[in-house]
Amino acid sequence: MDNQLYLSSSPHIHSGETTDKVMRAVIYALLPACGVSIYFFGLPALSVLLICTLGCVAAEVACCKLMGRDLTLFDGSAALTGILLGLNMPPSSPWWLSLFGAAIAILIGKQVYGGLGYNPFNPALVARVVLLISFPVQMTTWTAPAPLGSGIDAVSAATPLGEMKTAVMLTGALPEVATSGFGGYLTGNMAGSLGEVSALALLLGGLFLLFKKIITWHTPVSFLATVIIVGGIFWLVDPTKYPSPLFHLLTGGLMLGVFFMATDMVTSPVTGKGMLIFGFGCGLITVLIRLFGGYPEGVSFAILLMNAATPLIDRFTRPTIYGHVEQEATS
Amino acid sequence: MNLKTFPGGLHPPDSKQGSAGQAIETCPLPEELIIPMSQHIGAPAAPCVVVGDQVKKGQEIGAAKGFVSVPIHASTSGEVVAVEPRLHPMGKPLPAVVIKPDGEDRWDDSLKGADPSTLSVDELKDRIRAAGIVGMGGATFPAHVKLSPPAEKKIDTLLINGVECEPFLTADHRLMLEESERILDGIDILRKVLGIKRAIIGIEANKPDAIEKLTQEGAARDIAVQALEVKYPQGAEKQLIDAITDREVPSGTLPMEVGVVVQNVGTAAAVSDAIRLGHPLVERVATVTGPGVKTPKNLLVKIGTPLGFMVEQCGGLNGEPAKIIMGGPMMGQTQLSLDIPAIRGTSGLLIFRREDLPKRLEAGPCIRCGRCIGVCPIHLQPTTIAAYARLDMIDETEEYNALDCIECGCCTYTCPATLPLVQSIRHAKGGIMAKKRTI
Repeated sequence: MDNQLYLSSSPHIHSGETTDKVMRAVIYALLPACGVSIYFFGLPALSVLLICTLGCVAAEVACCKLMGRDLTLFDGSAALTGILLGLNMPPSSPWWLSLFGAAIAILIGKQVYGGLGYNPFNPALVARVVLLISFPVQMTTWTAPAPLGSGIDAVSAATPLGEMKTAVMLTGALPEVATSGFGGYLTGNMAGSLGEVSALALLLGGLFLLFKKIITWHTPVSFLATVIIVGGIFWLVDPTKYPSPLFHLLTGGLMLGVFFMATDMVTSPVTGKGMLIFGFGCGLITVLIRLFGGYPEGVSFAILLMNAATPLIDRFTRPTIYGHVEQEATS
Repeated sequence: MNLKTFPGGLHPPDSKQGSAGQAIETCPLPEELIIPMSQHIGAPAAPCVVVGDQVKKGQEIGAAKGFVSVPIHASTSGEVVAVEPRLHPMGKPLPAVVIKPDGEDRWDDSLKGADPSTLSVDELKDRIRAAGIVGMGGATFPAHVKLSPPAEKKIDTLLINGVECEPFLTADHRLMLEESERILDGIDILRKVLGIKRAIIGIEANKPDAIEKLTQEGAARDIAVQALEVKYPQGAEKQLIDAITDREVPSGTLPMEVGVVVQNVGTAAAVSDAIRLGHPLVERVATVTGPGVKTPKNLLVKIGTPLGFMVEQCGGLNGEPAKIIMGGPMMGQTQLSLDIPAIRGTSGLLIFRREDLPKRLEAGPCIRCGRCIGVCPIHLQPTTIAAYARLDMIDETEEYNALDCIECGCCTYTCPATLPLVQSIRHAKGGIMAKKRTI
C-alpha cells in the first residue's frame, strides 16, 4: 500500500473550475445572440458564424502542428474567438473574408505571441480591424434584417450609427434613426454586424457570465456608465446634434464589446481597480470616436487601444499588500 | 448576527458533516508510542531518557534547548524501548523516544496542579513552558514565547482562535462544545499572564452551537465571542486579527507588534490543564476523517500514537488510501506512511482515495483571469510571483513580496489553468531565504 501513496505540496483539493469550462461558459452566453442574428439575417448569418468558428479551429490546429506543440484545441479558446469574430462580421460577408479573418485572428492575433494567455490584444478584434482597414467595402456593406420565414429578400441598408454619422456630417443634425425606433434596436431589428444587433440577447448572456462569476461587474459597469455619462453630457449640451445615451447603448457593438470583448481576461487588467480604469477608457474612446471620429463605430478601436494600455494599468493598480501600509508610514 | 471577516479568501466545500456530530472519543493505548523530539517551531528537544528506563505519564523525556523550544513528555507510563530516529510527519526520520506502554497510564506523582490565583505571572509562564504547550492550531509555536512580549510591546487584546476554517476538521468545534469550561479557564489564565482584560474568541458562523455556548458561558467572565464569516483562511493568524480588530500586522513582524496575542482554543484548554492539574501536553483532539476512513471521528489521542492505529479506531480504511494528509486539505502535509505518529500539531488526519483526488490536469497557460489575486488574503499577485519562480528569477519574486505569502493555497485552489501557484511561491521563498543566508 505505502508505495502507492501520493506525496504533494498542499493544497490537496481544487475548485474544479478549469479554463475549458470558463471558455465553454462564455460560448453558452453567446448563444442567445447567435440565435437572434440567425433569426434576423437568416442562413448567411449562420454560414458566417460557422466559417469563422471552423476557420479559427482549423487555424489553431494548423499552428499547433506546425510548431510541434500539444494540441490546445480543447481549451475552447479558438472556437470562442471564432464565434466572437463571426459576431463582428456583416451578415453579407463572403466566405473568403470570414476565412481570412479567422486566420488573422488565430495567427496574428494569438499564436505569434505564444498562444492563449500571451496575446496582448483581443484576437477577434485584431481580425475585425485588419479586415475593416483592408476590405472597407465588404466590411461596411450592411443588409437590413429579413427575419426567417418573412419572405423578404436581403436589401442593403445603413447601420443606425452609420446613418447618424453621414447625416450629422452632411446636415449637422441628427437623423430620425438616432431619435426614435429604439424598441427595434433593443431586440436587434436593425442593420449591423451579427453581434451588433440584439442588445437584449447580449445583455442576457452578460448577466449569465456575471451570475456564473466568469466575469466581474467592474469592466461592464464602468464601460456602460462612462458611455452613459459622457454620451449624456454631449446630448444635454446639444440634443439636436448628439444622440441620447440610450441610442449609444442600443446600437453598434457596444453590448458585445462591454460584456464579451472588454471582459476578455487575457487582454484586460487583473484587478478590480484596473478594470474600472479599463472600462472608463473604453467608454470614453468609444463615445469620442462615435461623435467625432472618422468611423461611425468606435468600440473595437476603443477596446484595442485599452488592451495596449493594460500592462500599464496593471502596473499602477498593484494591490496594496497586507502589512505594508503601516510599515511605509513608519519608515 | 454581525459577521466580521477579512478581504479575499474563498469558501471550499467544508465537508465537516462526517465528524461534526461525533463526540470526542478517547483513543486507546497503542502498542508503542513514537514521540518525536521535534514537535514545535524552534530547537528540537534533547532526549533525557535511555533505553530501558521506566517512565510515568507526563514525565519529561526530552529537554528544551533554548528559549524558543519546549520540553517533550511521556504520553503514558511504560518502558523506553528505543531512542532513535523515526519517520516524522515532516517526511524524514528524526530523533524520537519510543515507549512501550505498561497499560496503567499512571501520571508522574511529582506533577502538581495549583490555583492560578496563587501563582505569579512568571510562575504561570514557567509552568506553561514546562508543560510543553505549543500553538495547537497546527503551527506549534511555543506558547510561552508568545506570552513573553518585550516590555515595549503593549499587548491589549487576546484573540482565541476557534475558527477552524480548514475543510473536514472538526476537532476544535467539538472541543468548544464539550470542553468549554477548560477553554474559558485557560483564557482567564492567559489574560492574567498578559495582564490584560480584553479577550475575544473568534468562531466561524458555521458553528452556531459553539458560538451560542461560548457566548453564554463567556459572558460571566467578560470573555466575548465574535462570529466570523465562513471563509478560508479566516483562521490564519493575520486574517483573524484583521477581521476582529481591524489591525494590520506589519510585514515581517509578529502580532504583538499591533498589541495582539493569538492562541488556539486547544491551546487555551491545554494551558488550563497545565496550571490546574499540572498536566503537560501529552494528548490532543484530532479529527480522523475523509472518504478514505470508514467512520470519521474526533479522537482524543496520546501524542505519539501511530496514524494507522487512529484509523483502526474509526472502523479502518475505506478502500485503498492514495493520499494521507496530516491537517486539513488546504494546508495539511502528505504523509509517507500510516506508521508516522500524531504529534502536538496534529489537528487532523485526512485520507483520500484515488477517486477523491482532483483529476490531474496538465497545467495550462495563465489566462490572466485574476482569480488568484482576488482570493489572496495578503493581496499578492500569485500568478506573477509563480511565473518568475518558474524561471528562477528569485530577485523578482522578492520584489513582488513572495515572503509575505502565508501559503494558504487559495490561489492554487481557484486557478482554472490548474497552475501550482502556491507551490511555485514556496519554491521562490526557499530561494529568497537561501540567498539571504549566503549574504
